[in-house]
Amino acid sequence: MHRYRFVLQRPLQLIPVLFGISLITFVLVRSIPGDPARLILGTRATPQALAAVRAQFGLDEPLWTQYLYFLRNLFQGEMGRSILYKVDVLGLVAARIEPTLVLVFGAVLLSLLIAVPLAALSARRQGTLVDSSVRFFSTAGLGLPNFWLAIMLIILFSVALGWFPVSGYGRTLTDKLHHMVLPWLTVALSLSAVLTRSLRASLIAEMRSDVALAARARGIPEGAIFRRHVLPNSILPTLNLLAVNIGWLIGGTVVVEQVFAIPGMGQLLVRAIFSRDYMVVQGVAMVFAIATVLVNFLADILTVTVDPRVKL
Amino acid sequence: MTALPLLDVQGLSVSLHDGRETRHIVDDLSLQVGEGEILGLVGESGSGKTVACRALMRLLPEALSISARRITLAGDELASLGVADFARVRGRGIGMIFQNPASHLDPVMRIGAQIAETIRFARGASRREAKAEAIELLRQVGIPDPARRAEAFTHEFSGGMRQRAMIAVALASNPKLLIADEPTTALDVTVQAQILRLLTELRDRRGLSIIFVTHDLGVVSQLCDRIAVLYAGRMCEIGPKRAILGRPRHPYAAGLIACQPAAGATLTRLRTIEGQPPSLHAMPSGCRFNPRCPNAQGDCRSVQPPLDPVEPGHLAACFHQVGTTPRLGCAA
Amino acid sequence: MSVAVPSPAAAIAAPRGKRSRRIAGLPAPLVAGLGLLALFLLLALSADLIAPYDPIFQDAAARLAPPSFAHPFGTDNFGRDILSRAIFAVRIDLQLAILGVVFPFAIGTVVGTIAGYFGGLVDTVFMRIVDVVLAFPFLVLMLAIITILGPGLQSFFIAMALVGWVSYARLVRAQILVLKTSDFAVAARSLGFSHPRIMFRHLLPNALTASIVFAMSDCVLVLLSGAAISYLGLGVQPPAAEWGIMVAEGQGFIARAWWISAFPGLAIVALAFAFSLVADGLGELLGQRT
Repeated sequence: MHRYRFVLQRPLQLIPVLFGISLITFVLVRSIPGDPARLILGTRATPQALAAVRAQFGLDEPLWTQYLYFLRNLFQGEMGRSILYKVDVLGLVAARIEPTLVLVFGAVLLSLLIAVPLAALSARRQGTLVDSSVRFFSTAGLGLPNFWLAIMLIILFSVALGWFPVSGYGRTLTDKLHHMVLPWLTVALSLSAVLTRSLRASLIAEMRSDVALAARARGIPEGAIFRRHVLPNSILPTLNLLAVNIGWLIGGTVVVEQVFAIPGMGQLLVRAIFSRDYMVVQGVAMVFAIATVLVNFLADILTVTVDPRVKL
Repeated sequence: MTALPLLDVQGLSVSLHDGRETRHIVDDLSLQVGEGEILGLVGESGSGKTVACRALMRLLPEALSISARRITLAGDELASLGVADFARVRGRGIGMIFQNPASHLDPVMRIGAQIAETIRFARGASRREAKAEAIELLRQVGIPDPARRAEAFTHEFSGGMRQRAMIAVALASNPKLLIADEPTTALDVTVQAQILRLLTELRDRRGLSIIFVTHDLGVVSQLCDRIAVLYAGRMCEIGPKRAILGRPRHPYAAGLIACQPAAGATLTRLRTIEGQPPSLHAMPSGCRFNPRCPNAQGDCRSVQPPLDPVEPGHLAACFHQVGTTPRLGCAA
Repeated sequence: MSVAVPSPAAAIAAPRGKRSRRIAGLPAPLVAGLGLLALFLLLALSADLIAPYDPIFQDAAARLAPPSFAHPFGTDNFGRDILSRAIFAVRIDLQLAILGVVFPFAIGTVVGTIAGYFGGLVDTVFMRIVDVVLAFPFLVLMLAIITILGPGLQSFFIAMALVGWVSYARLVRAQILVLKTSDFAVAARSLGFSHPRIMFRHLLPNALTASIVFAMSDCVLVLLSGAAISYLGLGVQPPAAEWGIMVAEGQGFIARAWWISAFPGLAIVALAFAFSLVADGLGELLGQRT
């Protein structure tokens, strides 16, 4: 099991990245012109409150000391207070994680359900009309703006057909799932375009590989070669692509949550930006960054599990 | 050979249709392989050995078309079989091993599973039977601790062990004929000798027939019963090992043999055949070897010499055979 | 007599399948993509001549008019002609996609070249920065920077330059690392050429192929980001005609006037498609996978 040793080692290597993330968010918020204490508390803060914040964040001291205060606060789970909601940022963000998580996971699953069969169909019928259509739509799909796609889906499925709610998240599980169908579809349609293109290319390369040739030479039927050799060898580059794109994907949910009014982290971020709720912007950005780092870590574990050759 | 040969190939051609022109990569190749016989298929790279073998397995790219007067395996006609029927010949009739096991074995499937998979598709055995048989096969090809090694992946094997594993995978479907496409070229000499010994053993024990493709005459002299020499897609000479190595008739075969560095020879400059093999796009007319041939005369440039017997079982395609004209073949 | 052996299974296609059809010696996707881009460029340059109406002219009599001969794409809630607005928007969106790539490309190329060429501490520092920037979801970091700079097209370009360079730096650095050990680089060094000369005159031209191909596919992502940020109200500001804004403007009328959002979005898809085709074709021509 020494191949999995990195599971313990990697978090140590991630520490510098986490420091970098904290540094960037710190620098970002400090780059805002104006009195930081007033930015943190909003314009209608009392002088006492301003003084308290200056002491807590060491705002009268040099910048690097301020960064240390910032780090200390972070370690204590203290990310400041939201001006808009009048609550701690950490709790505010925590309450918004679930919808975003549901959106991302559901969309990834759905996009794989779309991409794998399409890529397989396209690769196995190379040069046919089916293949050309898949290639055309996956290339066009790269340029689908998710906010527009979302609105088009709403017009079709909610306004015209009335199958799904226009927006919102719902309370019960089935209600939530019902609300999430269109958001999932929105994200999955554009994501599956990327995945289909990549998977199709790997599948075709693997179908021409020596492994497939040798399998044919020993009499394994074409279908079985595809399922047992071509597909497993092609799926890995696609999973890696998915991991690389996760940042892009999470960014996309910001917009999608906004269109569908899903109470997730993305919607929180956009509202915070408009209300100049800087502590919330900072908190959400950090949580998003940490999530991205974690997903890449998970992708590494998955890679090692799927591919026996890989050592990290 | 008096009995019916296991494999009988008559007039095998592989051609590439390139716009108006048709180029023959393999031209009118005929050969037989007897039961339990090892035939060495010799030639430089680009001589069409590999293409000819893949043509027998119908594993060539679509752009290449194959034709033949007759191909029979154990009396069954193969050439006219449809695509679906021929699929049954692969593996069960003819098996194949390759030069580079690392790229031909599936890196993400356990070795034992690849063998078991082949057994199950060839014979419909149960999973448990197939697994047990896989371990037995690994033992037969000389892999130590086969039960444990069956659970290993390709990259966990050494070069020689990988080649043994690939042989086991190819034998899993129990073919009558094994085509070995330069299986020892990438191995170092001691491992190469082990693999050759293994192939001989398998022939003796299973009655397996083997077509051994190589450019290494040293290997051929150790392993093979008969030798076929290919040049630019055509058969130059075919016959028993002794006859070919001892008294080659075709100047190309003679040249190849003369160029072989003899074991224990003092360090002299390596002999080579002058010139380059012709490219597919500029095949000389007549005998394809004529531009490089020391014996070439006018007729060689206009007429293609037929493959005629020089003695029983030994055929050569040359008008001016070595020994009948001033002997040459290699430039120092 | 010889029989043709039935052709092998279709799955064993020749490896030439990767090449697409050629037009005048160039890959078909490249020609098609460039043609489409030229069309957009033409629209941008001659919007005044082509657009049937003034993009900000409000026709009170024709509010929310569905597509017709007079208004092929319909009108919005102010009675503005969607087609004319979409044509004028080409100017902004084309600029968005191209300028949004040029700055990151330039910065990333210089950083990547220096980091790859000198290695050591310079390399370590730059690559750690790259790691950290890449840890942020692209759009989230963009939005955070725009929050500070304030909404607007200029902020978008600055944020793009601050965030987008990392991909190019990585790509160029990887190429430089390979090239700097090549024979000609070693030869140039032994001839006593200066570092900048070796870096930018000898190594960089050879390292650029991959990033040029990437830049074309990056145009798609930048266009989508720019439109999305404008849709959110943080990029290009109304009343300017920009496709993202136009989609947002139609959102309030989805039940009554689907065309307000639909057509500008299709324009984005078409322009993005053109860039994707060029990227694919260029990748094929230069032997790069995108």
